[in-house]
Amino acid sequence: MQGYEKVRQKRFSFIILFLILILIIMFFISLNTGVIRINPTEVFKTLIGQGTDREELILFDFRLPGIILALLIGAGLAVSGAILQGITQNELADPGILGINTGAGLAVVLFIFFFQAKIETTSLLSSFMMPIFALFGALIAALIIYSLAWKKGVNPIRLILVGIGVNAGFSAILIIFQLKMDPQDFRQATVWLSGDIWSANWNFVLALLPWMVVLIPIALYKGRALNILSFGDEVASGLGTYVEKERIKLLVLAVSLAGASVAAGGAIAFLGLVVPHIARRLIGPLHQYVIPISALIGAVLLMVADMIGKNVLAPTQIPVGIIVAILSVPYFVYLLMKTK
Amino acid sequence: MLKRIHHSVIIKILVNILALIAVVLSIGLSVSFGAVSIEMTTVWKAIFQFNPDLTNHQVIQELRLPRAFAAALVGAFLAVSGAVMQGMTRNPLASPSIMGVTDGAAFALVITLAFLPTISSIGGTIASFIGAGIAVVVVFVIGSISTGGLTPVKLALAGVAIGTMLSSVSSMIALHFQLEKQMGFWLAGGLAGTSWLSVTILMVSGIVGLVLAFSISKSITVLSLGEDIATGLGQSNIAIKVLGILSVLILTGSAVSIAGVVGFVGLIVPHITRFIMGTDYRWIIPSSAVFGALLLVLSDIISRMINAPFETPVGAITSLIGVPFFLYLARGSGGDK
Repeated sequence: MQGYEKVRQKRFSFIILFLILILIIMFFISLNTGVIRINPTEVFKTLIGQGTDREELILFDFRLPGIILALLIGAGLAVSGAILQGITQNELADPGILGINTGAGLAVVLFIFFFQAKIETTSLLSSFMMPIFALFGALIAALIIYSLAWKKGVNPIRLILVGIGVNAGFSAILIIFQLKMDPQDFRQATVWLSGDIWSANWNFVLALLPWMVVLIPIALYKGRALNILSFGDEVASGLGTYVEKERIKLLVLAVSLAGASVAAGGAIAFLGLVVPHIARRLIGPLHQYVIPISALIGAVLLMVADMIGKNVLAPTQIPVGIIVAILSVPYFVYLLMKTK
Repeated sequence: MLKRIHHSVIIKILVNILALIAVVLSIGLSVSFGAVSIEMTTVWKAIFQFNPDLTNHQVIQELRLPRAFAAALVGAFLAVSGAVMQGMTRNPLASPSIMGVTDGAAFALVITLAFLPTISSIGGTIASFIGAGIAVVVVFVIGSISTGGLTPVKLALAGVAIGTMLSSVSSMIALHFQLEKQMGFWLAGGLAGTSWLSVTILMVSGIVGLVLAFSISKSITVLSLGEDIATGLGQSNIAIKVLGILSVLILTGSAVSIAGVVGFVGLIVPHITRFIMGTDYRWIIPSSAVFGALLLVLSDIISRMINAPFETPVGAITSLIGVPFFLYLARGSGGDK
């Protein structure tokens, strides 16, 4: 048993190092691709402060905030998905499918709709308010879904079906409100909703960073509790865990991560679903390993998807949410066919 | 489930006649309501004593009447598609929008708009048949070859996944070819641009699709008892399924090509009619057509009222009506397992 655990820890450290390496490589590739190419040596020069003004502007004001935002959002959504799959004991749970993302999206659109006239959009205040609104939206959505799916306990299948329904309802309300907006706000809301991080600036990064810095370590700390919950209610209560209490704590954590990510990056579906599967395939089901690996894979995947979106049909920029959907739906379908 | 009421033939006929009268009345209401309200008597005169010199008569003849008719036809088509799908798969959640059929049709339309911009409306309709066909075949195949078979959850999830995939690719193409505006319309669903040509397209495809659906309704009743029973009774299930899918494609494809993605009509109407009409699809399919027409004509009126003078996509209205119903079904079917 002890030896087995050692092997696993070794494997874990190896995977983490490998992922960090990939992350760094992709980070540099992302920095030097785009409508204007900047070659790697120039990127390096600029990073250490010896680039031209133009290169500095492109890298520091346009590309770097977008990339960092992608890393944070990817990690947030992936961890959120891993927690949701653990607590619902359902491999197909994801903040997007369950309607949590749309709930957060609706809250942000309502925010733009009611307060836009009073606050400057790109201002710091607005950037910091958006995650809070998104968080409220996500929590309310989760509350609605959870209580509608409640029928002497929450059955995972019912939870997903209810999530799909609530998702459709929120989308309909979203459309109605969007069409009531003036054209300028409408455009902003549409672009934002399709999962977009190219209009990123440092304010968004600053607004999102504290959430991730606080929430992801909590998720790591909660890994063991999640292991017990994912065995099922009977086993968990037999082992003396307060099932319902822990479940709600973890649910709030997952929803907060999803909400904050949606506020900064729009509704990016399927990322939170696919990444934990890849992580489990690499390291097995234990959450203290799955969560950090998911965070890294999510970060890398979203950064790569963002890079693809910016370049594949250039000069047209494709919202990253669309790229993520196209990349991950085939894997989702494969999972769907495999599970009972 | 709900306790079924007694199904006597007289009640069934009566309910259908009442619903038909309601459809006619709501079409009248739909025509009279608008940016300029037109009195019912004028509506009557515009239809039966048309006078081309009067603006109101022109508005009614050229804009409002085709729109109301198109709404009725699209509603009927979607509801019948849903009824056929639910009967064939014995799955309470089967319906065009859940199964990604509407996304498939919209996808094919975007492709034709992008690569063959000069295509006629009839070409667009044919394209959306093909798109709808691809989506339904893919979703069915995924459901059938997966372990555990085509359960309601699988069907819904496969539909969501394929729908997301298709609409993602559609948005990508739309963004690249700057078709977002048209695209937005298809995805939300609306009847604003309908003309007599749209009504003609709907009528032609409707004759084929509806006749096909009505003609296999008896076999669908048998099929809905279970495939083994149907085979035992000497029925060729494959032939019925092929005909059923064909009618679904024609009906959904033409509906989407005219009105865009209008969700949930095909899901809720068959359930309501099954509740009133019992289990016999010879009753369910025709009265789904009537109730579907009624639902969409009324939703179209609401969509013009809710934010007047602007229009709200009718798909958003039908979703808002349909979602509580879907949730009710989800609670029911999820609880059994």
